[in-house]
Amino acid sequence: MNTAIKKETISSSFIESLDLAQFQFAVEQRAKAFEAFKTMGLPEAKSEEYKFTPVSKWLTKHFSAAELSRQTNHVNESVKDLLNPEFAKNRIVFVNGVYNKALSSITSDSKITIQPLGEAIASNPSLPFDQLNINDPFALVNSTLWSDGLYINVPKNITEKKPLFIHYLHDASSNKVSVHTKLFVTVGENASFNIIEKTDTLGDQPVFNTISEEIIVEENAFFNYCKIQNDAGHLTQVANTTIHQHKSSRTDTYTFTLNGKLIRNNLNIIIDGEGCDSHFYGLYLTDGDTLVDNHTTVDHKMPNSFSNQLYKGLMDGKSKGVFNGKIFVRPHAQKTNAFQSNRNLLLSDDATVNTKPQLEIWADDVKCSHGCTTGQLDKEALFYLQSRGIPKATAKAMLLYAFAGEVLDVIKDEQLKNYIDSIVSERLHKGY
Amino acid sequence: MLKIKNIHARVEEKTILNGINLEVKPGEVHAIMGPNGSGKSTLASVLAGREDFEVTDGSIEFLGKDLLKMSPEDRAREGVFLAFQYPVEIPGVSTVNFMKTALNKIREYRGQDTLDAVSFLTLMKEKVKLVEIDQSLLSRSLNESFSGGEKKRNEIFQMAMLEPKLAILDETDSGLDIDALRIVANGVNKLRTKDNATIIVTHYQRLLDYIVPDYVHVLYNGKIVKSGTKELAMELEEKGYDWIKSEMEVA
Repeated sequence: MNTAIKKETISSSFIESLDLAQFQFAVEQRAKAFEAFKTMGLPEAKSEEYKFTPVSKWLTKHFSAAELSRQTNHVNESVKDLLNPEFAKNRIVFVNGVYNKALSSITSDSKITIQPLGEAIASNPSLPFDQLNINDPFALVNSTLWSDGLYINVPKNITEKKPLFIHYLHDASSNKVSVHTKLFVTVGENASFNIIEKTDTLGDQPVFNTISEEIIVEENAFFNYCKIQNDAGHLTQVANTTIHQHKSSRTDTYTFTLNGKLIRNNLNIIIDGEGCDSHFYGLYLTDGDTLVDNHTTVDHKMPNSFSNQLYKGLMDGKSKGVFNGKIFVRPHAQKTNAFQSNRNLLLSDDATVNTKPQLEIWADDVKCSHGCTTGQLDKEALFYLQSRGIPKATAKAMLLYAFAGEVLDVIKDEQLKNYIDSIVSERLHKGY
Repeated sequence: MLKIKNIHARVEEKTILNGINLEVKPGEVHAIMGPNGSGKSTLASVLAGREDFEVTDGSIEFLGKDLLKMSPEDRAREGVFLAFQYPVEIPGVSTVNFMKTALNKIREYRGQDTLDAVSFLTLMKEKVKLVEIDQSLLSRSLNESFSGGEKKRNEIFQMAMLEPKLAILDETDSGLDIDALRIVANGVNKLRTKDNATIIVTHYQRLLDYIVPDYVHVLYNGKIVKSGTKELAMELEEKGYDWIKSEMEVA
């Protein structure tokens, strides 16, 4: 009883001490988010949504309120060594949450607006960039403490195939850093856009990072979104991504989680039009003490749409995986097809996974299915390969790669595919 | 080529093989028959090195080497091939890739150069004809949603690719219709030479109409209780396994 009261006090005093005075823009909106956050508080250990993912515990252990609200603008030059040459052609770079013009190079169609979000709202205060996601406390932390972000507006009928690479770099070489950014994208009618997002950290001081993303995909538009989480730093990240899909639009998302400390991805898809097509793929390949938690919500509000989720995990060491997939089919959303699959392979005795599908279906003429499996490498398959002369280590690598391959195969962008494939191949020792 | 001496084996606490003795010479075809549960498939598994089986006594010599000391992959590289009773479905690994990896690993082991893509494909095309397998099957995931016949043909295709010295066909005939049986048997017959040997493990005499054995052995309760020529298989077919069972009980 005493400990519960004590925890409560830490959480509220922690929140009360956040310093907002330093922020010069979005002041009102911040204050509103801060009030909502004070009411909600940090998720407690038993909180249903965060019971496997102790972000609060990690955060209050490593950060004081002052450290959480402090912005670190001084950065080490060598942070730019973290940039990927593969994606140099069309990239935008943030360092510790601040847009870095010198490292950015944008070659997307010039009709597309791509600008720092702070700048965008200064010129257009009515930009609806923040819907105040009150479901997640860390989205509120983000709305309270965000330093900057990116605004992208793809006008009607513009098709841009070349992906925009958004690289968030952190310099945690001498100090712990707290970085909070936003992304607001509108893909206009019949338009098409493609984003690849990645985070990398210099140094091994703790990094607390929240990213909040609102994406509006208009009628008949296409949006492709890929998140690469392979941060070698001491990173805890909570990403809230909300995608609103309008009539006949299509969205493909890919979430690759390969490294990090505590990684939580809240991916929310709102299907608010008929004839939408939505595909969500995830692959997490973890080792050490990485924890990756994918929470997805697909909300079918309108009839005749299709959604498919495929998340696969390979967990080694003491790593942990969490998958929670919610599907809502509203009463009006007849003829919905919604599918979900989460499959996991545990490669060590200490790796764990918690997977939970949550389907709530109010319409009566729908096709929905979900399946989750957790297992170990199939011994019979291993023996089969060995019995043809293939050494055990190679056989194992072949099977693991084949398991991951189901997700790799669906990546459409060749360059991205090769990039992810090379990381996965190396990780799985696919030297055959 | 193969000398099995007094082999005893068990799964967990259950003894399945109770002292098997068998010698196979190059060029020979041996059929091992017996009722369900007699230990036929266990013998095949022990030869290929399946981990679940523990050999508690006896020895197996293959081409002068101690087979039991070898890993399953080394047995394959020395020339042992097991055609599985239930070929495993492996999503995401195509037969082509699988065979290329396997063949090159075997060649490496034998100190031969690995095959480049062109030589591999040429070899594959030649072997595909032998077992009348649809080539498009081979670029699909290994055995995944193959019919029973396709799976068994794929086993024989793999055997053709790897050219083993000793092939063990574990109930390769089970679940095949007469056409598939004929194709599989033809494949096996075409692969026979004076230097290689075949062990056919089967419950029925039917396959032996197509692949004629030099010797037939009857396995019962983990022991070879009768050996003879192909006439023994005919006799078994006629009298049924109860004949063996009652003879054993009398003894």
